[in-house]
Amino acid sequence: MASALINVPARAKRGEIIEIKTLISHVMETGFRHTQLGAVIPRNIIRRFVCTYNGTEIFSADLYPAISANPFIVFSTVATESGTLSFQWTGDNGFSVTESAKITVE
Amino acid sequence: MERSASRREFLKIAGVAAGIGLSAAVSVRPASATPPEMQEAIRKVVGAARVTPGKVKIDLPPLIENGNAVPLTVRVDSPMTEADHVRAVHVFTEKNPQPYVVTFHLGPRAGRAQVATRMRLADSQNVVAICELSDGSFWSDNASIVVTLAACLEDGI
Repeated sequence: MASALINVPARAKRGEIIEIKTLISHVMETGFRHTQLGAVIPRNIIRRFVCTYNGTEIFSADLYPAISANPFIVFSTVATESGTLSFQWTGDNGFSVTESAKITVE
Repeated sequence: MERSASRREFLKIAGVAAGIGLSAAVSVRPASATPPEMQEAIRKVVGAARVTPGKVKIDLPPLIENGNAVPLTVRVDSPMTEADHVRAVHVFTEKNPQPYVVTFHLGPRAGRAQVATRMRLADSQNVVAICELSDGSFWSDNASIVVTLAACLEDGI
C-alpha cells in the first residue's frame, strides 16, 4: 500500500525554499509494447500528479508514457506555514494514491 | 593489383548490403513521432505565440546507456514572484512514439523554477523544453542525447 516515497524536510524556516522529492511504485506501461504473440499490452500509466500545501495546489504535472517506470518527480516550494503537504497520483484503471507529509515552519 | 581491386569490390558490396540491412532495420521500428509531429504538438500547446530560445535550461546527460530512465532537469531563469513567474514547463521529444513527455504546472509558490524527473527515450534524439511565463511568453531550449539501449523496443512477456 505504501507504494510512495516522499522526501520533505520536517522543519524549515519561514520563507525558505524547500525541495520535495517524490517516488511512486508504478509500471508505467506505455501501450506501445507487444507480447510475444503480437498482442498489444494495454496502456497503464499515471496521468496526473498534484501536490497541495494546506489545501492550496502548489504544483501539478501531466504525465505521458515517456515517463519512466516508478515516476520520480522533484520540485520545490516556499515554506510559508506549518501544516500538511498532500500528494495525489491518479492514472489509468482507476489508479489513485494519496500520501501526506507534515512540515513545521518556524 | 588484381587482388586489391577485388577487395575493393568486396567492400563496395559489403557496404551496399550493410546499407540495405540498416534501412530494413529502420523500417521495422514502431511508428515514432517525427519532428513535424513534434512541431505540431508544440503548436498545440503554444498556439499562435512566438517561441524564443533562451531563459529555460534543459539538463540531460549527453550520452546514456539505458533509455528507460534518463534523468531530466529543467530550470528556468525566473524570479518566481507573483508578477513574474513560470506558469508551465512542457517537454517534447522528436523520435519517441509520442512527442509528449511531461507538463509541469508551477506557480509563484514554487520559489525556484526547477523541476526534475526521469524519462524514457526510444532513440538518440533531440529533447525540447518549452516554458510558459506569467506574461504569456514562451521560451525554449533543446538538448541532443545519444542513447545506447533504447526504451520501448524490448517486448513484454
